[in-house]
Amino acid sequence: MSKQQKNYGIAGGAFVILLALFVALGARSGVESPAGVPVPELPELKGVETAQMVAPPAVPSPITRDYATTVKVDLEVIEKVMEIAPGVEYEMWTFGGTVPGNFIRVREGDQVEFTLRNAHDSGMPHNIDLHAVTGQGGGAEATNVMPGQANTFTFRALQPGLYVYHCAMAPVPVHIANGMYGLILVEPAEGMAPVDREFYVMQGDFYTAGNHGEAGLQGFDFDKLFDEEPEYVLFNGAKGALNGDNAMQANVGESIRLFVGNGGPNLTSSFHAIGEIFDNVYVEGGSMVNNNVQTTVIPAGGAAIVEFRADVPSNVLLVDHAITRVFNKGALATIAVSGEERPEIYRHGAAEPTVAAN
Amino acid sequence: MRGTWILIGMLTLIPLALGASGTGRSGATQVRIVGGSYQPLYSDARDSVTVVTPFLIDTRGVTRAEYRAFLAEHPRWQRGRVPGVFADDGYLAGWPAQPGAGEDTLLATEVSWFAARAYCRARDARLPTTAEWEFLARADEHDPDAASDAAFLRRALDLALAPRAGQPATGSGFVNAWGVRGMHGVMNEWVLDFNTAFAGADSRKTTSGDRSLTCAAGATATGDSRDYAAFMRYAFRAAAEARSTSRTLGFRCARDAS
Repeated sequence: MSKQQKNYGIAGGAFVILLALFVALGARSGVESPAGVPVPELPELKGVETAQMVAPPAVPSPITRDYATTVKVDLEVIEKVMEIAPGVEYEMWTFGGTVPGNFIRVREGDQVEFTLRNAHDSGMPHNIDLHAVTGQGGGAEATNVMPGQANTFTFRALQPGLYVYHCAMAPVPVHIANGMYGLILVEPAEGMAPVDREFYVMQGDFYTAGNHGEAGLQGFDFDKLFDEEPEYVLFNGAKGALNGDNAMQANVGESIRLFVGNGGPNLTSSFHAIGEIFDNVYVEGGSMVNNNVQTTVIPAGGAAIVEFRADVPSNVLLVDHAITRVFNKGALATIAVSGEERPEIYRHGAAEPTVAAN
Repeated sequence: MRGTWILIGMLTLIPLALGASGTGRSGATQVRIVGGSYQPLYSDARDSVTVVTPFLIDTRGVTRAEYRAFLAEHPRWQRGRVPGVFADDGYLAGWPAQPGAGEDTLLATEVSWFAARAYCRARDARLPTTAEWEFLARADEHDPDAASDAAFLRRALDLALAPRAGQPATGSGFVNAWGVRGMHGVMNEWVLDFNTAFAGADSRKTTSGDRSLTCAAGATATGDSRDYAAFMRYAFRAAAEARSTSRTLGFRCARDAS
């Protein structure tokens, strides 16, 4: 090597070392924001937890810790044929094997390490957009997974609320119409009032090639999707999902909380419980609470938390009160409330005689 | 003297005959595509046009039988012998150890881009480019460029979204105006330059405007925003890695044309 080359070599090496020093010194943890730009105050994180994953309509247990932690969530996309109505089969693309996908429950301020997997048998890539995420695409940009692949990203749950998650792979309406949605609850730091029963219900519209009720494996109809004219409007992905033997159970006197989502892809829900009144409605899954509500609007890609006490025994029928959807498209779920009759609240026949008014 | 002329005649005519529709050392018949131009679904500039020069293409996807023949000749591509950087865990995962029935029509799926490229090279061929592949995809049964026909776009999407459950991987029976089969269906195919597809696989990511694949059916795409099947293909390519394998991902080979 000539002397000139050697000199260049030394100079180059020195430059690299200096550059490395600059980078190391610059990369302090806790980067300061430019002056004047507000940044959210992030609570300190303690420990690590693995998210409890249960199939709908169950939800993970209420959060009892009073600190923020790192929660590891692992969710797998599974494409599978499922029965959406008696004799009617449809290829659903699912998060975790269910429609809706598993309910995720974290606390305000938690750091969530989210791993999305795509089963090897899947025919296409998927990803996930969680509405609780502040960041590009709600996580979709970081979670594109080919069949057999997995990807991880980490986000902070900055704000409390009940949020939808869904697949955002092109074409998005098709992925959502095939059942790729679920809910993630970010509990407020102060927690939620304890109730006796919590259930997870999610509405979706389905666009089968065949007519409603037509038996066999149904294909997808893009014209119906485009015209927003579904053949099925269902709670939890099947006509029988929450009816008959699968009805949710409760007892007279119990306080009931429903985490209700609407995956869409297209229809807005006029959510109503026949025979009951919602004591509390967390409007749009946010922090504003309305009281004494009969029917609450849940937009596509939105959610609501509703609470009521089961005062009398009955089959409380959850419906979309755009009522044709109940009778002709399957938008019906049942909470079977058992217990002692309360004739002073509800009974057949004439009123009991009472004391005279004056 | 006459014998010499016959010999000369043969030597000129045979290559001409092969040039029109060439067969590789093994594998599918290829047809010559004259090429043309079209407006691609994605590009950096509006009103841009993609020009496709003449090329040869396999009339159907590579089959399992053909790929097994390749494996016999090139044992370093056999399952379990390929480094992970060239193929993921799913490489040939669903293939029985011994050839089963119908492998002359089953497509060679669960192969990575590296493996597909090696196969084509072994046939003195190459993978088609995205431009060539998408050019071919515009043809319906009669018209080489039917991509402005909404009904055809709709059929292409229906073919792409047909339920896969229980279907063997033989590819769709759709034969287009070029005589090329299986361009539309649930099966995807490798292309040479898959990783330069412009779409981010998050369909709402906006980088510099034109590059976005939005929920609203790619409002800034230069091509036809009703071509949902094309969106799906671009999203698939953008998500894929060269080592990826999938049950719905096969390939066919192409060649430059003289």
